[in-house]
Amino acid sequence: MSKNVSIKYALDWTTVFYFVVLVLMGWISIYGASYDFDQASIFDFDQRAGKQFIWILTAIGIAGVLLLVDSKMYSIFAYVIYGAAILLLILTIFVAKDIKGSRSWLEIGPVSFQPAELAKMATALALSKFMSSYNYKLKNWKDLIPLGVIIFLPFSLIILQNETGSALVFVAFLLMLYREGMNGIVLLLGTFAIFLFIIVIRYSIIPIQIDHGSLGIVLAMSIILIVQAGYAFFFTKHQKESIILVLGAIGIALISYIINIWYHLNYDTVTIITIIASCIYWTVIEIMNRYKKYWFMILFSLISVAFSFSAYYLFDKVLEPHQQIRIKVLLSMEEDLNGAGYNVNQSKIAIGSGGFWGKGFLNGTQTKLKYVPEQDTDFIFCTVGEEHGFWGSTLVLFFYWLLLMRLLRIAERQRDSFSRVYAYCVTSILFFHLTINIGMVLGIMPVIGIPLPFFSYGGSSLWGFTILLFILLRLDAARLERMR
Amino acid sequence: MINDTLQNRRTVIAIIITVVIVIYILRLFSIQIIESRYKEGADSNAFFKKTQFPPRGLIYDRNHTLLVYNKPAYNIALIMREIRELDTLAFCKALNISKEYFIKRIAEIRDRKKNYGYSSYTPQLFMTQLGIEDIATIQQSMYKYPGFYIQNRTLREYAFPNAAHVLGSIGEVSQAKIESDSYYKQGDYTGRDGIEKTYEKQLRGVKGVEVLLRDAKGRIKGKYENGKEDVAPKAGENLNLTLDAQLQVLAEKLLKGKMGSVVAIEPSTGEILAMVSNPSFNPSILVGRQRSKNYMQLVRDPLKPLMNRATQAQYSPGSAFKPIQALVCQQMGGISANTLFSCSGPGSSPIKCTHSHGSPVSLLSAIEQSCNPYFWNAFKVTVEKNGYGEKNILFRTNYDEWADKMKSFGLGEKFTDGDIYEQSRGYIPTQKFYNKVYRAETGWRAITIRSLSIGQGEVLVTPLQLANSMAVIANNGYYITPHLNRCDSMRKKIHRCKVDKKYFPIVYEGMCRVFESGTARASRIEGLVMCGKTGTVENSHGDNHSIFVGFAPRENPKIAIAVVVENAGYGSLYAAPIFSLLVEQFIYRKIKRTELLNKTCVTVTNSNVKER
Repeated sequence: MSKNVSIKYALDWTTVFYFVVLVLMGWISIYGASYDFDQASIFDFDQRAGKQFIWILTAIGIAGVLLLVDSKMYSIFAYVIYGAAILLLILTIFVAKDIKGSRSWLEIGPVSFQPAELAKMATALALSKFMSSYNYKLKNWKDLIPLGVIIFLPFSLIILQNETGSALVFVAFLLMLYREGMNGIVLLLGTFAIFLFIIVIRYSIIPIQIDHGSLGIVLAMSIILIVQAGYAFFFTKHQKESIILVLGAIGIALISYIINIWYHLNYDTVTIITIIASCIYWTVIEIMNRYKKYWFMILFSLISVAFSFSAYYLFDKVLEPHQQIRIKVLLSMEEDLNGAGYNVNQSKIAIGSGGFWGKGFLNGTQTKLKYVPEQDTDFIFCTVGEEHGFWGSTLVLFFYWLLLMRLLRIAERQRDSFSRVYAYCVTSILFFHLTINIGMVLGIMPVIGIPLPFFSYGGSSLWGFTILLFILLRLDAARLERMR
Repeated sequence: MINDTLQNRRTVIAIIITVVIVIYILRLFSIQIIESRYKEGADSNAFFKKTQFPPRGLIYDRNHTLLVYNKPAYNIALIMREIRELDTLAFCKALNISKEYFIKRIAEIRDRKKNYGYSSYTPQLFMTQLGIEDIATIQQSMYKYPGFYIQNRTLREYAFPNAAHVLGSIGEVSQAKIESDSYYKQGDYTGRDGIEKTYEKQLRGVKGVEVLLRDAKGRIKGKYENGKEDVAPKAGENLNLTLDAQLQVLAEKLLKGKMGSVVAIEPSTGEILAMVSNPSFNPSILVGRQRSKNYMQLVRDPLKPLMNRATQAQYSPGSAFKPIQALVCQQMGGISANTLFSCSGPGSSPIKCTHSHGSPVSLLSAIEQSCNPYFWNAFKVTVEKNGYGEKNILFRTNYDEWADKMKSFGLGEKFTDGDIYEQSRGYIPTQKFYNKVYRAETGWRAITIRSLSIGQGEVLVTPLQLANSMAVIANNGYYITPHLNRCDSMRKKIHRCKVDKKYFPIVYEGMCRVFESGTARASRIEGLVMCGKTGTVENSHGDNHSIFVGFAPRENPKIAIAVVVENAGYGSLYAAPIFSLLVEQFIYRKIKRTELLNKTCVTVTNSNVKER
């Protein structure tokens, strides 16, 4: 009994408050989204809002149970839970029915359930356990391999279920790893890679001159050169050399342009030769000055070149047509309003038509008339945007921000690394979901079907996020227990 | 622990999170507040504005007899996406169409080149303008054909099979009209000709709109805000025509078997009492599905039944021109009531006389006897009053004055302030015209254009203009633009002719004598003093046109009429009895001379003109 009392004091009620606010706002939005002009009650259990009410009640029950469990149990059973989740994922691949091409739903009686939602929590626990183990070091190659395996195993199993969206969530752990000591350059490189990918794909279809190479490659190569010169200019003493490099590159561009008047010359080739020349140039400088700061930059350049050239191949050959078209639509390369662009276009119309104050609760025409697909799950934010306008949407985003900031604070006040790593896992996962989901609805992220935490309709996702959060709250409460 | 050195990374993460959320809020601001196209997008998605068609105005005659009203019509529409398990054979049978037609229509609907607004979610017109009899069979079994719907529209129905040219017809609006007038949408009806066209704006009313909510699949989910935004249609205004239905029916009866036209005008108001063109057709054949088939048949008919001869045919007026000639020549000082000219009968030169009468002739007898030499002399002395000779400038000035005065009777120009859409201009030749024809200003003089003196040659008038010129005489010098809409504003369009009142009595008297002792003796009505003038017009198409113009009674004229019977012969034989019977009908509301009536009705002057 004494433990119960202590939980009541030790629990971070602020987080619980944000959780309740978001869940309730989500519930009301689901009622708005599935409301069909037939005045159904919000408690009508045939309707989605009614069902969500049950999910909310059960989620609160689960949260209560999680708070009652001894905090040490999560650490002790972390690998067991992880193992069970992996088995469940494997099982799902074989047992699950094919729903719109994805095999991710387990049916237990009347309840459908998506094990991928649990896998996030299990992986977070396993990572926390592994990274908090004695003599673990992130910089240690030996330790990096099991770390990679822990993340990659559920990732690949979910890919096999054809749930690419849910699998991508595991990328979010990079943020946690960054906090735990991973070199920040990885995040920068990741961002740069995405940037290069977009440039190459976006402009690859535009020829710089007919049959003379694509604008995408030329732009990408120029960016790499600029990074080289910029690095040398600002972070080393070779300012003069970097200016020479830039002038040289411009010179090569002009010369190749002039040559092209008489001889057929491919700009793609010219740019590669230029980059290789620049690498040789820096190597020479390095050797001549016995200056060892350039090897990384040269490596970066060469990998970037390889990446740029493989990006288009990757896009063209590895991505499936429906994924390609989603990216093309996102990059405004195609406007397929009746096909791939339909969802996002209707979603933008729904949100955009909300104006500042919104159309009023249950007055959204876009959502009521089913113009927005998946409007109570992945596109739930449309209902907020349409019915409650700018202020309502901003309020929801503000609460997410408050929650995330609170979680960061909780994470940093943990005394053992298990809890801290776990807290960062939770924060990263929630942040990733938020970024992708809202970004998708607003048309600035590709269409990746992942739910908005606590908001979207569905038992699996609500349970998954509740479990994720309340394990953290239980761990956080234990921090005070141990202080006593 | 390493943690302490890494604690500032929390700040980096917090910044990343904050930046993303701020970007999203800015994005929200941009699409929700700055851009307006999303609002429009949502409205055009959700609101289906269903047009509510107003009933078209009804058309009555001057005695409030209903002439044109509306009858329900039906369209068969389909929503491609909702059609399933269609028993094409049974469907075609129920609609009484061939399978080939069905396949052709479906292909046409799907063809976006022909059907711009095609969508498989929205209703598309499959067949239009069906009558109740066309859909009677299918109506009961409509439930068997999901995706097909019956839409209600209205079509025109005619109380009488008459007055087709006056009333005109309605038909689907043309692409050009849709582009020029935003009121119209594809498939709307609009007046195509006649009064339906002239008064389209009054008759059509104002379309209403019903704002319905449409879901993503194009299904209607009910009214928006319980019809708060709906606009009720405004019914078209009814139209009271100036026509007298009975007179119109009689006139059409009298023209049976003849090619020609009748126009009757009430002189004091300019109201057209009857306007008939024969060959004609039953206006109801240009309604509904048969419209285009029947229309093409009428277009191809060599007798041109679609042409409104009363306003579009142009004839030389012949002797019917003489009363006006007499007025203009007096006004210009060429002749006076006492002027005498000699007539040598058939031996006269340059124009011979077709009637036998004494000589010299006075103006009065000249009108009564329709003496050609008199009017040639009168015309000659009038236009050459300031001198003789080809180089005489004053001659041409006089000619201009003559033409101008002629035009002041409403001849040779369209009535632009009236409400008759189909009109021909007629022609009073201009000085310029003759200068051109005779290749020089000095190449012509009175003798060159002598045919004008007796209403032959280049002068052309329409029967409407002829009837109107009689109204001018009946009114002692003015006319009100002849019109079909019975309303006060139309009665205010008064036009004075350029001949003084004092010159009229003698013409009255002459025209009166036409009935007493002149060319129309046979068409007298006992106890009624009428004024008239026969015309027998030579033309290049065959026998002479038989023309009669006049008005009655002599005091306070109630009706002015022009009758033209093409290629019939003497004006007195064919046109005069028709005039006489119409006057009798209009003045006494009853015809006592049944023998004359029957005889006139069965007289056939053109065996090709058959009753339709």
